[in-house]
Amino acid sequence: MTNEALQNIISSWIPELEFTEEDSQFLTIIVKPEQLHQLMSQLKSTSETNFDYLFCVTGMDWGKELGVIYHLESTTHRHIIVVKVKTEDKENPTLDTVSNIWRTAEFHEREVFDFFGIKFNNHPNLKRLFLTNEWDGFPLRKDYVDETNMIIK
Amino acid sequence: MDTTTVNNFKSEEYFINMGPQHPATHGVLRLLLTIDGEIIKKVEPDLGYIHRSIEKMCERDSYQQIVHLTDRMDYLSSHINNEAVCLTVENALQLEIPERVKVIRTIIGELTRIASHCLWWGVMGMDVGALTTYFYGFRDREMINDIFEETCGARLTMNYNIPGGLMFDIHPNFVKRTKEFVAHFKTKIPEYNRLLTGNVIFQKRMKGVGILTKEDAISFGASGPVARGSGYSCDVRKHHPYSALDKVTFKEALKTEGDSLSRYEVRIQEMWESLSIIEQLIDNIPEGEHKVATKAVIKLPKGEFYQKVETARGELGVFINSTGTKNPYRLKFRSPGFSNLSLLNHIAVGGKIGDLVASMATLDLVIPDIDR
Repeated sequence: MTNEALQNIISSWIPELEFTEEDSQFLTIIVKPEQLHQLMSQLKSTSETNFDYLFCVTGMDWGKELGVIYHLESTTHRHIIVVKVKTEDKENPTLDTVSNIWRTAEFHEREVFDFFGIKFNNHPNLKRLFLTNEWDGFPLRKDYVDETNMIIK
Repeated sequence: MDTTTVNNFKSEEYFINMGPQHPATHGVLRLLLTIDGEIIKKVEPDLGYIHRSIEKMCERDSYQQIVHLTDRMDYLSSHINNEAVCLTVENALQLEIPERVKVIRTIIGELTRIASHCLWWGVMGMDVGALTTYFYGFRDREMINDIFEETCGARLTMNYNIPGGLMFDIHPNFVKRTKEFVAHFKTKIPEYNRLLTGNVIFQKRMKGVGILTKEDAISFGASGPVARGSGYSCDVRKHHPYSALDKVTFKEALKTEGDSLSRYEVRIQEMWESLSIIEQLIDNIPEGEHKVATKAVIKLPKGEFYQKVETARGELGVFINSTGTKNPYRLKFRSPGFSNLSLLNHIAVGGKIGDLVASMATLDLVIPDIDR
């Protein structure tokens, strides 16, 4: 399916989505946190889109905003789409989990929580994955400072 | 006379540690097992023993330096990891790469895959109690490592790729020795099958153990031989060909049973296919330059770039978010082992600890790849 056709189908579900193809080789959707779960479950369950393979979940710190980038592929249609979600709340960033849609998200979201401190509602086992429980702060955030372990050029 | 069954022993769940120094976990992976007798109730991996935060290090390094860090993730597919980063950078810069480079990259990539599968095969046999396979696997892998050593100076962490091409041209002996290896290895895979595949004890350990359905494989984000053992066609080389892979014909190894034996057979089949790819390319390495010049300081244009490649373990993805400076703003490695590990609990529950060892061996985990 072409990007244009995809965009037509998806925008008919939720009108206020933002689409862009600039700066990326894939069609990118920017979604508000409160609509994330609805969009994701429709992307998976609708037969025309059928995005059943979540292959990459990237935590992001854009400076003012924190967020997650999801890369999705359909194993039947072989098209790829990128979903971005951003939240401005840096003190207590919270998003909905997608681990009940794709099981792989369970581990990937724990990784994002570990490094960016983004909490996921309804996640079955949200705790640190790589770092110890006593670790202070979230290392992949841009404002993280660790004078002992980090070499800053 | 009426008989009744009285259970005199109370069944109790308890908790044991497997690893981080357990030989079957192949590295520093710690598994927290909840077991009832010998039946596994839950497997929880505890990660981070070899976490180096490569992604954070990448944010301060130049693109040439990042290539070197990727060797230390999945060290058995180091060449393919290097290639993934180089391809992402080259695509972002829209560099035209010489055909010679593409073909050499593909040949070495397939040799890497065979070397990795040789090691896996040897260790796999050892995990289920056949110590001999270890020496057979390493004997053949040694020949590939010698070829690598001659061409690029390193046996494991190769660093042969640079953004723009290869660090230097292939050694004059490369073609001859690769052909010798292909001829040698063709007689050895049947030997592997005679030694291990048909063995009754081995078959009983593997058949029907650790079953993964196709739907679960997709949902858990499995890739590589693990997913293909469940009948899920996911070979990146087929669906999103890169380098010279669009010029060769090969069959994607697929099995539908989804048990440990089918994952094993997929890897054996893949070794044959890799040999065939090498044979198609080795006589036709085009003449030309081995690299194109890039600026000393590489600056990627503003934007997001994603490249996936097929390593020996599955789909490795490199995601670069660039703001136009000499360092990436954010770089993410989607490592195959990480997703493959997440399904271990799913396939191990209900089985015995011995089955866990067998299914874990067929997942072919490399821990630095998971921890990054």
